[in-house]
Formats: sequence, C-alpha cells, structure tokens
Amino acid sequence: MEANGLMLRAEGVHKSFGRLEVLKGITLSVKTGEVMCMLGPSGSGKSTFLRCINHLEKINAGRLYVDGDLVGYRQDGDKLYELRESEVARERAQIGMVFQRFNLFPHMNALQNVIEAPCRVKGVKREAAVKQARELLERVGLADKIDAYPAQLSGGQQQRVAIARALAMEPKLMLFDEPTSALDPELVGDVLDAMRQLAQDGMTMVVVTHEIGFAREVGDCLVFMDEGVVVETGHPREVLANPKEERTKAFLSKVL
Amino acid sequence: MLLLAAVVIYSMATNNRFQWGVVGDYLFDPRVLRGVRTTLELTVLSMAVGIVLGVILAVMRLSPNPLVRGASWLYIWFFRGTPVLLQILFWGIAISALYPKISIGIPFGGPVLASGNANHLITLFVAGLLGLGLNEGAYMAEIVRAGIISVDEGQHEAAASLGMTRIQTMRRIVLPQAMRVIIPPTGNETISMLKTTSLVSVIAVTDLLYAVQLIYAANFKTIPLLLVAAIWYLFFTTILSIGQYYIERHYARGTSRGLPPTAAARLRMGLLGRRDESGGGGLG
Repeated sequence: MEANGLMLRAEGVHKSFGRLEVLKGITLSVKTGEVMCMLGPSGSGKSTFLRCINHLEKINAGRLYVDGDLVGYRQDGDKLYELRESEVARERAQIGMVFQRFNLFPHMNALQNVIEAPCRVKGVKREAAVKQARELLERVGLADKIDAYPAQLSGGQQQRVAIARALAMEPKLMLFDEPTSALDPELVGDVLDAMRQLAQDGMTMVVVTHEIGFAREVGDCLVFMDEGVVVETGHPREVLANPKEERTKAFLSKVL
Repeated sequence: MLLLAAVVIYSMATNNRFQWGVVGDYLFDPRVLRGVRTTLELTVLSMAVGIVLGVILAVMRLSPNPLVRGASWLYIWFFRGTPVLLQILFWGIAISALYPKISIGIPFGGPVLASGNANHLITLFVAGLLGLGLNEGAYMAEIVRAGIISVDEGQHEAAASLGMTRIQTMRRIVLPQAMRVIIPPTGNETISMLKTTSLVSVIAVTDLLYAVQLIYAANFKTIPLLLVAAIWYLFFTTILSIGQYYIERHYARGTSRGLPPTAAARLRMGLLGRRDESGGGGLG
C-alpha cells in the first residue's frame, strides 16, 4: 500500500478518440477503503475514465496510479514505456470491474464464471476456487443459482454473479460502470445491497452511477463530471444538498 | 414434383443399362473399399490441417501486430486466390522437380541427418493432403474469423478485466462462443472436402474415385462403377449432415433460443401427438 493511503491517483488524465477529446485533464484521488461515486450527464467521460483505470483504454497524457503503480506504463526517468501484455494483465488482475451489460460468459454456469479467472490467471486449485466461489455467490444471495447459466438468470442475478466473479480475484480496487442502468427498477435494489455490503467490508470502490440515493448513502466522496472535466467534488451529502457550480445545479435539478 | 422424381427413379431402376447388378458386385469390392478408406483419411486429415491452420490464421489476422496480421492476410490471399487443383498438382509434381533432394539436418553445410529422394519422402498421399489442407486453411481462417467477430466485444473486455491474456481469452472465452457461428459452415466445408478429395486422382492417389476409374479402365463398366462411387459419397455426406446437426445442438447450449427437436424426437411427435408445426411443402 502506498504510504499516503491513496488507492487511486489521477493526474491530468487526457483521452481522445480521434479528434474528439473525451477527457480533458482529470485530476483526483481515492483513499484506500473509500467509495467514490461519479455522476454526470451521458457523454461526460465518466465511463471512459473508469475504463482508463484498468487500461481498457490507453490515456493520451497524464498519469494514473493504482496503489502507487503506474497503470499500463513503466516510467524510466522522464520517459514512459508501455507495459507488455502479460504485465498489463497482471495489473488488471488486481482491479475488479463490473459492467453495465454484465458481460457474463454465456457458455459457463454461474460457478464456472466465478472460478475461471482464479484458476486460469492466479493458478488457484480448482477445489479451493470452488469453495471460494460458493461463499461469494452466497454472499451476493445466489447460493441456489450456482448451476444456472446466465440466460437462465434475471438481469439483477446476472449482475450479482458478475460482482462475485470480480471479487473472486480478490481485487484491491473495484470499478463499477453503471452497474444498475440496464436493470428493471425492481431488480436494482438487490445489486445495490450487494455493493453496499461490499463498501461496508472496506472495499475501495469507484462507482459510475445514476443512483443518487446510493451515492448519498454509501459514497465517501462524489465527483461531478461534465464534458471531460471534473466540475465539482466533495462529500456526497454536501455536493447534493448545496452544489456550488451552476452545471452541477442544472444536472441535479433534472435528476433529483 | 414428387411425380417427376418418381418417374426418374423408376426409369433409373428399370433401365438395365445402369447395370444395378454390377453396382452390387463392386460396391464392397476390396479395391473400392481401400479407395473409400483413403478418401475418408484424406477428408479427416485435410480438415484437421485446415481447422488448425484456420484458427491460427484467424487469430493472427485479428492480432494488434501489423506484421502478424499481414502474414495471415498474405497466406489467405495466395491460397484462396489459386485453384485447389493447381495446388494439388503443385505439391504432387512440382515439389519433386524443384527440390529433387531433401535433406534433414543442420542447414548451411551442417551434418546431414537424413536425406532421400523427394518423391519418396513426400509421398503422393501427403502431397494430396498438403494441397487440400493448406487450401482449406485459408477458407477456414475466414470462417473462424467471422465466428470470432460475432462474439460481443464485452466478452473480450470482461476477460481482460479479470487479468486474462489475449490467448487465454481466445481459447477459454471467445472461441467456445464463436463455435456456434463456426460449426455450420465447417460442416459444409467437411462435406465439400469429402467430394473435393476426388481431385487427388490427378496425382494418382487411389482415393475412391481413382479406384473405380482404375477398375473401369480395365473392364469398361464405366457407369455402374461411377454409381458405386456416387453411392459411397452420398452415404458419407448423409452421415456427416446428421453429425453436424447434433454438434450444432451441443454448441447452442447457453443461448436463450430454444433448441429445435432432434429428428428422432420429431418422428415420435409426428407419430404420437402430431404436434409438428413444419409447414410441409418441400421444394415445390
């Protein structure tokens, strides 16, 4: 762990897709054990920033550190060298990610989805992985769905399997990319409960979400983004009750 | 339509120029059976070479490395752009002319471990296998590539986010899902390959077709012997079609769409409950 207790540190992160500049210098940090929620209109760059954290997108400028290690690059003096594929994979193995569209492996049942990465990437023995997977699936309330294939599960159940799958790698940081946006309203609660439980257990989390209630209740820190920049940041209750910036006020007035 | 078919079948059955008796005599002739075996071996091995090559070429084609990508493109360009008959002739004839002596050992003046006449080393069977297999690789590459592309991008990302490497992701996550798209055209390729193997008769490999050719060259019973070959080809293409159907069902697991009933189940349904919803009609 880094001496200053920061799990995530971003310094002037820029990202462009062709001519379109999506991130225009993002600087922020997340302390170990904290839950950071990111709000903002669609197209504001929140999801892109999240994907940069585990190098699914390559940043064009700036620095991103997870637990003190540069993401995707090695610094030698003033120069940056891109890491080899296997080194990037090793970094990613320590960062869990949950996607808006779940992205479970449809040809594997819930248990196989969860044990796949521990067995293949970390070389965990199958028996140990199965034991851990059963515990994790129980923790997200799916003890009875171990043998079910994704197509046989509801969206909320799939997303909870996805959370268990990410946790099976014992990550030090969890990224959530709009985890409830593709769910029917009545299924959102179970997923948020699982995430709340995770936060209480001390997991460091970065959550891109539209669930204002979750941000207020669980978040330690809230970041409001718009058009590729951080507009406002602070304690969720503070920002949500008394937004300082006009853009934040305008956005909140529409969603609250 | 049915009437027309009946008339044709009736005329074939009753026209004694077809010499069905002779067909029966030669159907299980040992020379024919040896030809059948060669044809099957060539089909299986060529497809094996083609599928392995196809997967490798397809993964190369989707590599981030432009050099690797280019190599795959060049291979497909060449082997798909020339007739397979030409490629078989090339391996069968030209090799022995271009490299009459083949040595196995350390190149550039090292000790020679083994050497021999190319005609012996590369037997005609292997030449036929190379011609068919290397050509098939180019076609299979495109089939596999289409399968890989059909898998949702989110699957790559999910696997990557768990720390899996590109190769692990391909092998464990993407290819098993791509199978559903890859299998049907591969079945077609196999059936097509069974018949394409007959081209090796041009380099005197005694496959099924060449075996019957050798027999009718001696006894002039051309039509009945060609019918013998046709019957065997039909028999195996039928078996392959049935096999393909069951393999497709196997790889359709985990998809939300229901599986079609098996032929046996459909027969049962038709006999007992007549719940079949197929519209009939056929080809008319």
